Amino acid sequence: MALYSDKVMDHFLHPRNVGVIEDADGVGEVGNAKCGDIMKMYLKIDDDKVIQDVKFETFGCASAIASSSMATEMIKGQPVDRALELTNKAVAEALDGLPDYKMHCSVLAQEAIHSAIEDYQNKEKEK
Amino acid sequence: MKIYADNAATTKMSKPAIDTMLDYMENYYGNPSSLYELGQRAKEKLEEARAEVARIINAQPREIIFTSGGSEADNQALLSAAEYGRRKGKLHIISTAIEHHAILHTLRKLEKQGFEVTLLPVDESGIVKAQDVENAIREDTALVTVMTVNNEIGTIQPVAEIGAVCRRHGVIFHTDAVQAVGHLPVDVEAMQVDMLSASAHKFHGPKGVGFLYVKKGMPLSNLIEGGAQERGKRAGTENVAGIGAMVAALKESVDKMDEVKARITPVRDHLIQGLSEIPHCALNGDPGRRVYSNVNFCFEGIEGESLLMLLDQKGISASSGSACTSGSLDPSHVLLAIGRVHDVAHGSLRLSLGDDATIEEADYIIEATKEVVAYLRGFSPVWRDLTTGKKPFIL
Repeated sequence: MALYSDKVMDHFLHPRNVGVIEDADGVGEVGNAKCGDIMKMYLKIDDDKVIQDVKFETFGCASAIASSSMATEMIKGQPVDRALELTNKAVAEALDGLPDYKMHCSVLAQEAIHSAIEDYQNKEKEK
Repeated sequence: MKIYADNAATTKMSKPAIDTMLDYMENYYGNPSSLYELGQRAKEKLEEARAEVARIINAQPREIIFTSGGSEADNQALLSAAEYGRRKGKLHIISTAIEHHAILHTLRKLEKQGFEVTLLPVDESGIVKAQDVENAIREDTALVTVMTVNNEIGTIQPVAEIGAVCRRHGVIFHTDAVQAVGHLPVDVEAMQVDMLSASAHKFHGPKGVGFLYVKKGMPLSNLIEGGAQERGKRAGTENVAGIGAMVAALKESVDKMDEVKARITPVRDHLIQGLSEIPHCALNGDPGRRVYSNVNFCFEGIEGESLLMLLDQKGISASSGSACTSGSLDPSHVLLAIGRVHDVAHGSLRLSLGDDATIEEADYIIEATKEVVAYLRGFSPVWRDLTTGKKPFIL
């Protein structure tokens, strides 16, 4: 039995939305190198508060990379409010499950999205 | 290309080991405790095996106890010495920060039972100093246990020196020689050890078999109670086929030892040389005093599990000391003990070469690792912070 589902392997080996958005409207970074996982999300959000583009950078294991990739796919094109509703469980389910001790990777993905949106909202307030 | 480079985890069984195992299962299936011929023939094979192990490590046959492997041997050695110590009012044990978990977790259990454990630090190359052992010995020291070769970074410990220190102070000395037996000359007299653990599957024998050497006169406690097998010190019908296969594997490993070492050492050094070209990396362990098959590196800015999984895609089986591969939040205790900080310890790679490793394979591993490390760094936020000067490089 493989450690990871085919979906996890697919997103790990061919991660979607990898990279950086230089003029991002919101940037969030969560985790720390001490624990071995860091996720950084970049969001481009239009005037209608819809996520037009999203990119990520991740330092971490295969499930951390796959969770980032899947999460970005799930929020791309979504209104900010909807993106905030994305749960780690939904990310893990979309990946056909993660091993129990890897569930924190999906939590990190959810937190990275929240952190990036918070950054966007703070910037909006300052405008 | 398929390259199995995780021989410190386990090895493929040798042909003589498999042949012996099949022969014994077919022809020597009797219970060695039975009186009829079939049982006694199995008993004969068992005792031949015991004599052969004893000869190879320079011990007496009655000093060899067959076990289910290295972990059992380690557990029995430590718990026996502790029990003996307790009877004499000695409740102090000395070990090192880089031991295998079979040792460390048993010591933790003993701590809960009232023992005080001193875990000696190691230097940055992962070597324990005999002087540190001597300084730590007290009136109430019941046991010193130091591994012969470290399983992660391959460093060879000054076991004979430590043995001499222990003899001088009359302290029982055990060594976990799981990574040494079959790979380095192991002589219990020269090493001055009282107990020594070994595991068959680390030298091309089967899994589930090992042995404990126990010097004559050293009292042993049972982990498993029952029949009178193994001088009454380890109950359970003997794994005759496994034991026979272990000895067949051991004989071959010992016979080929010098030749394998001479052939693999240059491959290892070639691999170390090639991997050193990767920017911001470091070799873990001592460059010279390491077992001929071990290579261990840290690469800054990446995490070990994803490195392993991508190397696996390229046909290379290796291991890592990252937290994700250990199933805990902390990376390898060995890497932390040699002074690697968490951030760097997560990005480790251990390659343990097989007896037939070639320079061509080393070149393939070097190229594959360079490619994978560069790829992972390409979208690592840690690497971005390092390369943009937001954080200083550690390596």
